[in-house]
Amino acid sequence: MKIAVCVKQVPDSWAEKKMVNGLLDRENVDAVLNDLDEYAVEEALRIAEAHGGNEEGGANSVTVISMGPDRATEAVRKALSMGANDAILVTDSALAGADALATSAVLSKVISDGGYDIVICGTESTDARMSVVPAMISARLGWAQLTFASKVTVDPSGTVSITRVTEAGVDEISATFPCVLSVVEKINEPRYPSFKGIMAAKKKTIEQKDLAAVGVSGQSAWSQVNDATPRPARAAGIKVTDDGSGGTALVDFLAEKKLI
Amino acid sequence: MSNVFILADFAGDKATKTTAELATAGARIGTVTAVVLAGNGKGAAFAATVNQGPIANVVILESDDFAQFGVAASADALANLIKAKSPNAVLIASHAFGKEVAARVAVLTESGIITDAVDVAADTTATQLVFGGSTTVHSKVSHGTPIITVRPNSVEADLSAASPATESVPANIGDAAKKSKISSTQPPVKGGRPELTEANIVVSGGRGTNGDFAAVEKFADELGAAVGASRAATDAGWYPHSHQVGQTGKTVSPQLYVACGISGAIQHRAGMQTSKTIVVVNKDPEAPLFDIADFGVIGDLFSVLPQATDGISAKKG
Repeated sequence: MKIAVCVKQVPDSWAEKKMVNGLLDRENVDAVLNDLDEYAVEEALRIAEAHGGNEEGGANSVTVISMGPDRATEAVRKALSMGANDAILVTDSALAGADALATSAVLSKVISDGGYDIVICGTESTDARMSVVPAMISARLGWAQLTFASKVTVDPSGTVSITRVTEAGVDEISATFPCVLSVVEKINEPRYPSFKGIMAAKKKTIEQKDLAAVGVSGQSAWSQVNDATPRPARAAGIKVTDDGSGGTALVDFLAEKKLI
Repeated sequence: MSNVFILADFAGDKATKTTAELATAGARIGTVTAVVLAGNGKGAAFAATVNQGPIANVVILESDDFAQFGVAASADALANLIKAKSPNAVLIASHAFGKEVAARVAVLTESGIITDAVDVAADTTATQLVFGGSTTVHSKVSHGTPIITVRPNSVEADLSAASPATESVPANIGDAAKKSKISSTQPPVKGGRPELTEANIVVSGGRGTNGDFAAVEKFADELGAAVGASRAATDAGWYPHSHQVGQTGKTVSPQLYVACGISGAIQHRAGMQTSKTIVVVNKDPEAPLFDIADFGVIGDLFSVLPQATDGISAKKG
């Protein structure tokens, strides 16, 4: 099986994020592999390992696909150090400020040219938090959409079954190759890259391409930010120490605020 | 006059309050048409529950493909309806299903998309709270039909009675949207509590519960609240992941948020700091969450919560 994993480099979720000229300031913050994409990398490796592994020249391969600036190679390298075989990173100055539609168009072209059987994504990035790119890739390619998976079962002869878990309930869904998956964070426990994995990742290929090499033209964002204002910090209010009547004080506060 | 489509939001066979919220936001832009997707023969019964909010028209699309092929079939039918009727904007509920339908509709109709709006103005400018609610952003779609998903519980719904004109049109669903087949569906396990993201009150427990959520649940039930949990509590297996509030879990914005035994890492704050009123109960006076609490009790949740539960019960009489 040829498996692809889409990953994104994002500002560290612990970092303070700011908007500059209507875009997220990515220059001045630490950048990491999106937390939620680690589950996608892990699931891809587990699927490969369950069906003969992803050794060089073996039955399966796991390719990391990303779009981002030069330094996104760090996030891609992390996915490689977990055990993915190789990577494609699309870097082009025309993609600065790209929206989810432009991003999904670029990723879809790379995926379609790579001839993959399964594409796996995280459910969302921790910066934009839209949860739309996997569905957009599915719609663009006309591939089956198997998203919000908490369990994935693959038959290498060409079918995938998932358990989809959302606030609307639990669905059992299946489809044939090729298909686009997104996996939720409870699906697995991502492995830490081993020292051996980190050393091996340094020798793995990251094929960096610009838009011309991918064969798509850059598309400007179809929505614009008019303004971004930091919200005033919340001030601390009343604080009482429980002297045996803390619960009663709490009830009085709620009654005063007409919350009960 | 502008025309606005809203995708009517259902829980089971009944329209949710979110449907009225979408209509309320949509009515600022133009005349609201609610699109109802239902199984064959069920459209009229579904549409009959779309009876609150400023809704002028209901368009019913019936197909058993919606239940069988889920998001993709729903998006395809909605996109084809949009292409045929050219509304000025489309509003959809911002949950997993709604956001994925919106994503596919944006691709299929070549339109810009904005997700997680907490408000929408007459000129379709959307307000979003980003970076865990620390920044307010106003954005606007500049290409195609604005596709905007609106977070439940954000817009104050006009709940006046609606008596819309109803029309049925054929559901047009292409084969590319029938590739993922749903073999079984189970509704969420409710346990009698409201849905986390839609609840007016949320009571959450963290590390301080030591795995015992009984006091948190009793207090929540007395308030008619949903129960949430910090990542520490869900990672420890004390409470289901589906109840996690925070950056990698659910974002909630209730009238009242009560955090019990949660220190308040950025991770958690990102999921709850836009709540209208925040109450914190924690033994540790240095817990960072006290900094954003409207009311804080430094004390053991196992004594504070039962006393508060009894206090509320007594007030109810």
